[in-house]
Amino acid sequence: MTDPTAPMALRATRLGRRFRSGWALRDCEFELPAGRVTALVGPNGAGKSTLLHLATDLLRPTTGELRIFGAAPGTAEARDRTAFLAQDKPLYPRFTVADTLRFGREFNRTWDQATAERIVRAGGIDLPTQVGTLSQGQCTRIALALALGKRPELLLLDEPLADLDPLVRHEVMGLLMAEAAERGITVVMSSHVLSELENVCDYVLLLKHGGVRLVGDTQELRETHALITGRADDGADDGLPPEVDRATVVETALTGRQVTALVREPDLVDRRWLTETPSLEDLLLGYLRSDARPAPRPAHGGPAEEAA
Amino acid sequence: MQTIAFRIDRHSGVAAYQQLVHQVRQALRLGTLEPGDRLPTTKEVVADLAINPHTVLKAYRELEREGLVEPRPGRGTFITRSLARPEAAAGAPLRTELTGWVSRAHATGLDRDDIAAMTEAALDESYGPRPLPPVPVSLAGARSTPHSHPHRHSHPHPHPASSEADT
Repeated sequence: MTDPTAPMALRATRLGRRFRSGWALRDCEFELPAGRVTALVGPNGAGKSTLLHLATDLLRPTTGELRIFGAAPGTAEARDRTAFLAQDKPLYPRFTVADTLRFGREFNRTWDQATAERIVRAGGIDLPTQVGTLSQGQCTRIALALALGKRPELLLLDEPLADLDPLVRHEVMGLLMAEAAERGITVVMSSHVLSELENVCDYVLLLKHGGVRLVGDTQELRETHALITGRADDGADDGLPPEVDRATVVETALTGRQVTALVREPDLVDRRWLTETPSLEDLLLGYLRSDARPAPRPAHGGPAEEAA
Repeated sequence: MQTIAFRIDRHSGVAAYQQLVHQVRQALRLGTLEPGDRLPTTKEVVADLAINPHTVLKAYRELEREGLVEPRPGRGTFITRSLARPEAAAGAPLRTELTGWVSRAHATGLDRDDIAAMTEAALDESYGPRPLPPVPVSLAGARSTPHSHPHRHSHPHPHPASSEADT
């Protein structure tokens, strides 16, 4: 499904960022295609927020470069096309909602007041309301109205659903998907809630220890992996039979006599094993827990190969 | 007013787009969707379900491929064909007999799975065994809902294997 000629919303080349405490991102190579909804996943400290801050020019890279539709973050071209919703959703509590939208209008060269107001009103929020009196879910809606009112082509969201109750999470995600459907915008969102990404994201970038651990189309990744379950082989510590190439094993779990493993290139696995296609959550959990190497890129080539 | 309210079972292990396709077919069989009806727009569906827009597009493409719907540019996606059968409609003799049979089976203490197994076996006798659809099953889904498997009840006739992996 990844079309090699499709324009890339984000492209990182040997991207690295070092802080006093060490490297937050190191030698990252990846491409995120336009028009997709990408999940940015990784444990705390993996470099997710650093990446989003590099993309919005709040940080500068130490090594390599990041490009947004081919332009450097911070250039007018990249700025106009990008909107960012930070984790803490900074809003002025003393402003009214109307003031907040006016702020958006004045600080952005492209501004769609109708869209912003529609998003606000759809949440049952009146424009004269003071922001400080709104609930957390309502604040998220205002922040999204600000971000989408800018008419971005790329929307970056850092943990947009954190601190929201389940109903509001569903509503906010629905709102995001509706905007993605209407305008075909590219969405990149970091999240810890893997189960909520399953039907939302069609592309994934998994970071761990500041490096790219997994990147690609979710359907393709699911199809090139398998969860295998069978009776443990007594001859091996990991319980897997000798013919399984250990280099393709992402994760193994031994429970009593049963062994379950997440493997790449599942066609090589023996028929005696129960083989299932992993859900996106299974796949992400497997890679988050293990220190397996990144999956090899599909045949049409990609940055992981060039980096090797 | 929307013509159909979709829902997604996130733990069924059946791909979301297939669930949408299945629900449209089901509504066509039951007659709750009729030729000429407009399906909700992609935007309406995703706002409601909070799912990826491509899932809806894929489902609608699949329905179009099956000749059940037709996209009319700028106006939406419309139902072109019905799957309703008068013999299966509520009130039809066969349906009434079946409803009576099911309530008798229920009264004897059989549960839903027992009855489903019996009807499946009876269907196999008349129509031959159904080839198992190559539906990807997630472990999480298999654990939490062992018998939810919408596919088992979806087609009265074996359906030509719908292409699973549109990659």
